[in-house]
Amino acid sequence: MSSTVIGQDGQDGQNNQDNQNNQPGEGGQKPPTSAGWPLWEVFVRSSRGLSHVHAGSLHAPDAEMAVRNARDLYTRRNEGVSLWVVRSTDITTSDPDAKDMMFESPQGKDYRHATYYKESEGVKHL
Amino acid sequence: MSDQLLDHSLDSFGDAAASATRVTPGNALRPEDIVLQQTAPAGDAVARYALHLGDDALILAQRLSHWISRGPELEEDVALGNIALDQLGHARSFLSYAGKAWGQTEDDLAYFREEEEFTSLHLVEQPNGDFAETMVRGLFMALYQHQLYARLVHSADETIAAISAKALKEVDYHLEHAELWTLRLGRGTEESAHRMRAALGKLWPYIDELFQDEPLHDELEGIAVRPSTLRAEWDDRLRDILDRSALAVPEVPTALCRGRRGEHSEHLGYILAEMQVLARKHPGATW
Repeated sequence: MSSTVIGQDGQDGQNNQDNQNNQPGEGGQKPPTSAGWPLWEVFVRSSRGLSHVHAGSLHAPDAEMAVRNARDLYTRRNEGVSLWVVRSTDITTSDPDAKDMMFESPQGKDYRHATYYKESEGVKHL
Repeated sequence: MSDQLLDHSLDSFGDAAASATRVTPGNALRPEDIVLQQTAPAGDAVARYALHLGDDALILAQRLSHWISRGPELEEDVALGNIALDQLGHARSFLSYAGKAWGQTEDDLAYFREEEEFTSLHLVEQPNGDFAETMVRGLFMALYQHQLYARLVHSADETIAAISAKALKEVDYHLEHAELWTLRLGRGTEESAHRMRAALGKLWPYIDELFQDEPLHDELEGIAVRPSTLRAEWDDRLRDILDRSALAVPEVPTALCRGRRGEHSEHLGYILAEMQVLARKHPGATW
């Protein structure tokens, strides 16, 4: 197992360098492109009364530019009435490997549904 | 009815309900609508004025579209491409309208006129230079077009007013784009500030032409805006943006340019050669 880890380390070294191209502030050589620009997640509200829906992501130097870029990339055809941008690093996600624990099917757990309970006697209008 | 036909062009965006980002066609005036309109410009002077505005937008669009695939970032590439498309849209509307007076189409005017028949400003035909130069040219033009269209919304010519109303909203965004970048580059690194100062000095000579009154404007009282009346506000707003960007108006003499009369710099010929070659080699070609 340890030999595998060493092998991966070697590869990871290269991968990390590639990743750094898109992850600023990690040190190392900075290429002239997106190196300095953090990633932002874009949420578009398509009309009043609906919630903001994740539309995609983009690179931008700051929040103000991220909103402008989001307008260009995700709302050019009259799609929305409101835009939110959030730095991708500010989003905490569920672990994809914890799928079983997080999102297990509710089948066989009838007690989670109110229909499982019997109607009490003498209670009308329930 | 034409509206319904035209809106089929949006069919390819798919089922609107299935998309997180709903697509609606909007109701802005399109060049196709102008072609279908019954009314032609009231006289040759209005058409020539529309040609001025259309030529500025067309040449700027052609210049900006050179950034497509060459933008410093993917997002900026898209932003510059969008601005180029907006300008092309304004050009199409103005040229369609001008052409109606002379029995010509927007394509006739864009592709089959000679260099000396173009009435665009020298500023829009200046090379892109580096990103700073493009931003300074964009700032100068957006400030100018924003004020111009804001006034033309009240033009006595209904079509000029309608095109301007649509263009105004888009130029509002172009102005913000140029302003945000001017702030960031001016107050950015030593290198970015240096490049912005160089760009300001390089493009400043072409400014006077923007505010040059022509005899044509005398004929169009209530329809056209006298360019000289835009100067004071333009200067004020530019100074404000440059102040906040730690930049200054360059102390460079301005040049007398006569683009409105068909006298152009050496750059326009190359732009037209590239823009017109396909249409001239294959007249009437479609795909």
